[in-house]
Amino acid sequence: MKFKVLLILLLVYHGAGSVKAAELVVAVAANFTVTLEKLAPEFERQSGHSVTIVSGATGRHYAQIVNGAPYDVFLAADADVTARLVEEGRALADSRAVYAIGRLALWSRQDSYVDPEGKVLTDGDFRRLSIANPRLAPYGRAAVEVLTALGQYDRLFARLVQGENIAQTYQFVDSGNAELGLVAYSQVLENASGGSYWLVPEQLHTPLVQELVLLQDSSAAREFAEFMRQPSSLTLIAASGYGNLPSTATINP
Amino acid sequence: MPFESDITALWITLRLALITVLVLLLTGTPLAWWLANTRWRFKSIIEAAVALPLVLPPTVIGFYLLIAMGPEGPLGRLTAWLGLEPLAFSFTGLVLGSVIYSLPFVVQPLQSTFSGIGRGPLEVAATLGARPLDRFFTIVIPLSRSGYLTAAVLGFAHTLGEFGVVLMIGGNIPGQTQVLSIAIYDHVESLEYASAHWLAGALLLLSFLLLLLVYGLNRRFDMVKI
Repeated sequence: MKFKVLLILLLVYHGAGSVKAAELVVAVAANFTVTLEKLAPEFERQSGHSVTIVSGATGRHYAQIVNGAPYDVFLAADADVTARLVEEGRALADSRAVYAIGRLALWSRQDSYVDPEGKVLTDGDFRRLSIANPRLAPYGRAAVEVLTALGQYDRLFARLVQGENIAQTYQFVDSGNAELGLVAYSQVLENASGGSYWLVPEQLHTPLVQELVLLQDSSAAREFAEFMRQPSSLTLIAASGYGNLPSTATINP
Repeated sequence: MPFESDITALWITLRLALITVLVLLLTGTPLAWWLANTRWRFKSIIEAAVALPLVLPPTVIGFYLLIAMGPEGPLGRLTAWLGLEPLAFSFTGLVLGSVIYSLPFVVQPLQSTFSGIGRGPLEVAATLGARPLDRFFTIVIPLSRSGYLTAAVLGFAHTLGEFGVVLMIGGNIPGQTQVLSIAIYDHVESLEYASAHWLAGALLLLSFLLLLLVYGLNRRFDMVKI
């Protein structure tokens, strides 16, 4: 996959000719990495720029940006970190934009283990429920909110295991070590790993508003931000397991 | 200031390191003795296997352990067959991971100490009528004091600093599998730099004191060599 991106990137680079091709480094939240890998080649084709993707936990990206990581664009997993970066003057003030609304799914690798209403959370005799670390990952905070809203948090507390980010949370379930996990819906769709899932209703947690922010003031970075908001990109993002963006991108940090 | 969970993490870390070292000293002694004395022609295979954790990224060990501990993995099947709790996300699982991770740090010092003793003292004892076990406990063990000290402290200190393996198989459960290095990582990532400093400083000091102990005592043993 990465090799393919690289190959396309090389072709584009050589084909671009007189166009001033820039190399963009994009830091991205772990839940959106696969979707970005699908979007990047299209952006490279349209713009002639090349994209390098750095995937990881949003908290870690923040710490690295503060310490001078050379990223041009940051696709965060929430709207808090981006607001903070702007406040601290590390990101362009007018560059905050919502690019995706995250959806949470209760997923098991076993077929029909998870029922369509997610009742397994209340009745199931599972040993382990995998969630992302709520102190680091917005998806982990949302998972705790869901469990609290369902009145199950205290009961299930002792059965929770925490992944460092949403990718590890998924992997705990995928390796069979946890029967259930509250993971990103995009992961369940992307990996097509079968099993059964319940798409958690959005009203059970604070919306997972994912914002991007520009860290460098370059035309290539601005082109990328525009590309992320163009209809074809939004369609692909929605098809990858994200909720619809509000038409007026209102943000309540 | 440290959180209460940090104190818990500290205790778990110390307990993990202590149990790991005890297990390693018990299992490492016969292994190191065998490696030091065998004339088996394929001995290097075992030596290479013992040294593997030195060069492998801990994440590789953690990844394989996680797969092995899963319901379809060999360890997962074994625990299910024995009617035991699965190993992943448990303290016992961490002990197993740490034993593998710190194996060379205990076996290698012991092996070189045993080799250094040579066959001479043992053959003399044998002619005086000492039985094999007797010879081991009255000659080999006292002569290997410094090797045992090095092995114990290195094994302990190396387990204290374990991160990758625990991150992969621990599941970060406070009071069970959340060790010090993971707690530090959490603090750094959630930008609680003050707590991170406190814990990281404590770990640095502890590790330095342990190593100081090894080097200091080893020097002393050299001077009063038996």
